[in-house]
Amino acid sequence: MTPAPFPVDVRAVRKTFRRKNGETVEALAGVSFAARARTLTALVGPDGGGKTTLLRILAGLTPADSGGVRVLGLDVAAAPQAVQARIGYMPQRFGLYEDLTVQQNLDLYADLHGVDGAAREQACARLLAMMALTPFTGRLAGKLSGGMKQKLGLACTLVRAPALLLLDEPTVGVDPLSRRELWEIVRRLVRDDALTAVVSTSYLDEAGFCDHTVALHRGVVLAEGAPGEIAAQAAGRVFLATPAAETNARALQARLFQSRDVADAVPEAGKVRVVARTPNAPENAPDTTFAAAQPRFEDGFMLLFDAVADGRAVQSVPAGRAGNAPGNAAPNPVEVRDLVRRFGDFTAVDHVSFQVRRGEIYGLLGPNGAGKSTTFRMLCGLLPASAGSLRVAGADLRRARAGAREKLGYVAQKFSLYGDLSVDENLDFFASAYGLRGHRKRARIAWAKEQFNLDAMASLPAGQLPGGYKQRLAMAAALLHEPEILFLDEATSGADPMARRAFWARIAALAEAGVTVIVTTHFMEEAEYCDRVLIMDGGVALAEGSPAEIRARALPGQDAPTMEAAFISIIETARKTGRAQA
Amino acid sequence: MTPLPSLRRVLALTRKESWQILRDPVSVAIGVAMPLLMLILFGYGLSFDIRHLPVAVVVEHASPESGGILAALRLSPYFRVHPATSMQEAERLMTAHEVNAIVRLPPHFSRDVALGDAALLVTVNATDANNARIALNYTRGAIAIWQQKELARRSASADSEATVVIENRMWFNEANDSTWFLVPGLIVLVMTLIGALLTSTVIAREWERGTFEALFATPVRPGEILASKTLPYFVMGMAGLALSVAGSRFLFGVPLRGSPWLLTLISSLYLLVTLGLGLTISSLTKSQFLANQIAFLSTFLPAFMLSGFMFDIRSMPLWLQGVTHVFPARYFVSSLQTLFLAGDVWPVLLPNMAVLAGMAALLMAMAGKTVRKRIE
Amino acid sequence: MTSLLRILALVRKELLAILKDPRSRMTVLAPPILQCLIFGYAASFDLNHVPYALLDHDRSAASRALAAGFDGSGFFERIATLTRTNDIARYVTEGRASLVLVIERDFERHLTAGRRASIQVIVDGRNTNTGGAAQGYASAIATDFVQEWRQEHGQASPGVQVVARAWYNPNLETRWNMIPSLIGTITMMMTMILTAMSVAREREAGTFEQLLVTPFRPFEIMIGKALPSMLVGLIQASSILLVAQLWFRIPFAGSYAVLYLCLIEFLAASVGLGLFISSLARNMQQAMTGSVIVIMPFMLLSGLTTPIGNMPDVLQTITLMNPLRYAISMTRQIYLEGARIPQLLPEMLALLAIAAVTLPVAAWMFRRRLG
Repeated sequence: MTPAPFPVDVRAVRKTFRRKNGETVEALAGVSFAARARTLTALVGPDGGGKTTLLRILAGLTPADSGGVRVLGLDVAAAPQAVQARIGYMPQRFGLYEDLTVQQNLDLYADLHGVDGAAREQACARLLAMMALTPFTGRLAGKLSGGMKQKLGLACTLVRAPALLLLDEPTVGVDPLSRRELWEIVRRLVRDDALTAVVSTSYLDEAGFCDHTVALHRGVVLAEGAPGEIAAQAAGRVFLATPAAETNARALQARLFQSRDVADAVPEAGKVRVVARTPNAPENAPDTTFAAAQPRFEDGFMLLFDAVADGRAVQSVPAGRAGNAPGNAAPNPVEVRDLVRRFGDFTAVDHVSFQVRRGEIYGLLGPNGAGKSTTFRMLCGLLPASAGSLRVAGADLRRARAGAREKLGYVAQKFSLYGDLSVDENLDFFASAYGLRGHRKRARIAWAKEQFNLDAMASLPAGQLPGGYKQRLAMAAALLHEPEILFLDEATSGADPMARRAFWARIAALAEAGVTVIVTTHFMEEAEYCDRVLIMDGGVALAEGSPAEIRARALPGQDAPTMEAAFISIIETARKTGRAQA
Repeated sequence: MTPLPSLRRVLALTRKESWQILRDPVSVAIGVAMPLLMLILFGYGLSFDIRHLPVAVVVEHASPESGGILAALRLSPYFRVHPATSMQEAERLMTAHEVNAIVRLPPHFSRDVALGDAALLVTVNATDANNARIALNYTRGAIAIWQQKELARRSASADSEATVVIENRMWFNEANDSTWFLVPGLIVLVMTLIGALLTSTVIAREWERGTFEALFATPVRPGEILASKTLPYFVMGMAGLALSVAGSRFLFGVPLRGSPWLLTLISSLYLLVTLGLGLTISSLTKSQFLANQIAFLSTFLPAFMLSGFMFDIRSMPLWLQGVTHVFPARYFVSSLQTLFLAGDVWPVLLPNMAVLAGMAALLMAMAGKTVRKRIE
Repeated sequence: MTSLLRILALVRKELLAILKDPRSRMTVLAPPILQCLIFGYAASFDLNHVPYALLDHDRSAASRALAAGFDGSGFFERIATLTRTNDIARYVTEGRASLVLVIERDFERHLTAGRRASIQVIVDGRNTNTGGAAQGYASAIATDFVQEWRQEHGQASPGVQVVARAWYNPNLETRWNMIPSLIGTITMMMTMILTAMSVAREREAGTFEQLLVTPFRPFEIMIGKALPSMLVGLIQASSILLVAQLWFRIPFAGSYAVLYLCLIEFLAASVGLGLFISSLARNMQQAMTGSVIVIMPFMLLSGLTTPIGNMPDVLQTITLMNPLRYAISMTRQIYLEGARIPQLLPEMLALLAIAAVTLPVAAWMFRRRLG
């Protein structure tokens, strides 16, 4: 059979889901697009845009309500088995069998795809080498780091060279280094193995790696084209704003977002990247110098999105506690000295020391398995330290009286409020847990619901909230008792660009009000929001300082390198010199 | 164009499933430790057979007759006699739970015996009715033995020896050993544990852990998934059977009078029924907790209560007897008890096998229908 | 004070989580009542209408009178009247008759001649319970027959009439002791599973860590987890009590205050076990199966179905550590015997001792696992 010129051909596909409470949700409202053979197509868009549903329809796992879907020249609805015999599909949560080893997982998929003999040995060896998993074949999949799991999932998907590769958000929760490697692998496959790939992602910078992009929003195609074409939408409207001497990028960004003329603003390498709605620079920042900049995919996309979004995602949020301005007289809220944590022979955190000042946003950065989560858990008192000292709000939370914990708020990586309780019930519970009662409790709950726009959802079970609202509720619950210190663990992992911007606006406002914020994150551009960051790898602290200092130190010669470039340089240098072993 | 079913995929998935069982402490506990524990408890510990039941005997006026009865009770292995001098004392002992029964010989007992109008009062603590009834029966038995002797002794002098001698025969279990009754029935519990309770989570687990989505996008067919989930547990269930048969034979001396092949065949049928049930529940609920609860209530509880394993179905109210026909366990228990103790009694086994085979076919088809490569 | 408020908040939250969702409300209330009904009707060793076959070789007035004794007893129901000895095997083996009464030739002649007449009682030993009980009834019927026959024929009877009296349960109904015993059995099962699951669920959902960074202390969390389970246990116990009295009409002889006092003590001991399991379980599946694995031997060694007095000494000693054993003994005593606290002291002290071990151990494990 001759290869189809368009391995993926989707015409006017509709799909409606019925939720448990009876309401219907239109996931796809007439989507059409085609992917040309031997190209890499990206599906981009915010959460709930329909990316996952579309990929599942392509993989023959979910039937479309109407419309035509042809994959590799076959009608998916009529012959899903035949399609599945020829594609590779990697779901968002690739269900590795965690109680099986790396090799056993790979063997299972090789058998399922009917790959054997020499071809199998060759494929396994090549994939394991490509994914750098060769040393770990005997390890249980459950014991791999997040990035390694994703790579193993990809290896399982690729064990029989498929004609079409479908990847659903393959890089969520994966650190920048692994992310880069994963994309390298996919691009090489498309280039060398004549593969066609369709990849969904909410990391807009990744769309730049692709040949073709399809922007999905609320079940319809917002725009389609090569990344350059999308970027060109913002031509002439992108500026780099340099903040005035006495202010910083974060404050400037907040101010720029107040302007009607601004579609998007993000800190970048000490400056603020602005996408204007008109071809003129915004006027509400008089002391700021604007320089025209080359548009990127993200700029074009944000402009497109801005045109259809109802209301701005980003609002400045005043924090509850006023005053309490940063001062050097008070002791540092967080003091960590020579912190060590061992698990058996393995040292997860190796003599790490740092201090965080009041009202500071402090970022812990590092690749998967760097030890930042372990450090974080020790700070919160969830894990005892093996050695060293640590004081949070003047106490070691492991040993301190319970009252010391009243001073901190904690937002976990995964949504971790009670899914079967309503928003109101969750807020009520956490307020009581922090000892609030009577008038103050009612006042704080009312404040939280107003600040985070939760009133409309108050009686909905928290588990059924849309993704962005879950995150808001988690923040609201953590802020009810006006904590002095806020811990945020990978709080933006998997969130779409709009939600991330809204989140950071809130964090910035809190810090302005004197709350000390400690975050971990995978997104290097988010490091720009931090006052200072600590970069870790292999349990060791590699660099500490303000984003500007880090950039300057890591790549001294370059002009305004990105945080991601600096980060990768620091990690790679450290790994080469053997300071940290991954 | 559609790829053909493949043995190779089934084998690969079966291997995966087996690894998962072996690495899961809970599966091992339920599949191996529980059957062993139950076998030992039922074999050694749990029995309806009374021995050394503490009995207070109130002799208000000593006489040869009362002495004879006292001796008869003392000789019986079932009782441990506490002599008491008054009824008050005996009742005090019973209230304090020091004795479970009181045998009272009234003051004029020997005279009444001579007149042929003696009455003996037996009081039992019936807070455990079954135990009380057995105690009562044993007391009657001990007294009947004394009566026979007494009659024989007196017949030399007296007029008539007319009485009824009962020759009691308990077929299939001459020694009246309740272990012989309980242990074969135990196999139904072991098989239900492995077949339904353990499998009730295996499909739900894949849904909850998200491992199905990637699997579904491969050429694998639903039937192959089902087969791979059935095979390892089937082997495990058969191993459980072998263990139970060996245990009952060598530890407790329970005979297997029927054909081992027939036992294997019927057990396979029952195992298929429970597997079908467990897998259907699992794939319908998609939740481990719910599946486990439903499996417990719909398979294990009926296997314990409504199968004839412990409680005779014929003693139940008629409507409940009707209900028991719905549960596969009753057909299996009846087959087990017959195969072990009576032998290959076809009129009992054939209908049971037919029903089990029908249920197995139905449930496996249902399980096949519910496992679909669909994500909604 | 704030500690108390925190615990109350946790208790409220737990109860909301259990009782708000109709499906979970059903799993808390329906199984106890369902199990109570099934046990009430199915768990019976009482014989009635046991199918029996008669093989009367004598065909005399006396043999007919004896058979009439069987037919009129209510325990037996004649399903066949056999004519040939060969038929016996078929009826017994195929399970059609649980008992065959064989009356030998010359039955009446022997009796009239003042000699011993013999009958044969064959029972199906595949179910020793039914078989043994049927034998007992058969011999009682035969004894009665002899008494009557001798009296009718003017012969003094050396027979001793056994007059039976049963305390606390006059009709010797299994149901009367089974259902009160279920109060302890079912509530133990549910409270243990509920407690173990509620911690495991939080662990799996990640909410446990959220709880740990709040000012909750480990003991507050423990109490907050224990109280709702105990409360649910008491609700279940009450529903069983209602079914026992309103549906099965088993008279309650004791004092409710004493019963609930004992139940609370017992539930504290079983919640301790639940917490213990929860501290070992990594996920809900392990918590669930762990509870089942623990409950099963507890149930078998509790005296629920087979009396503890019949067990070998080793097992009897082991049962001393079984809280359910005491719960069953106490509920039977309170419900049927109307026992008061002095009589229950040994059980209460034993339970107290068990709770004094399980709760601190659970607390210790709980704290340790948090680290």
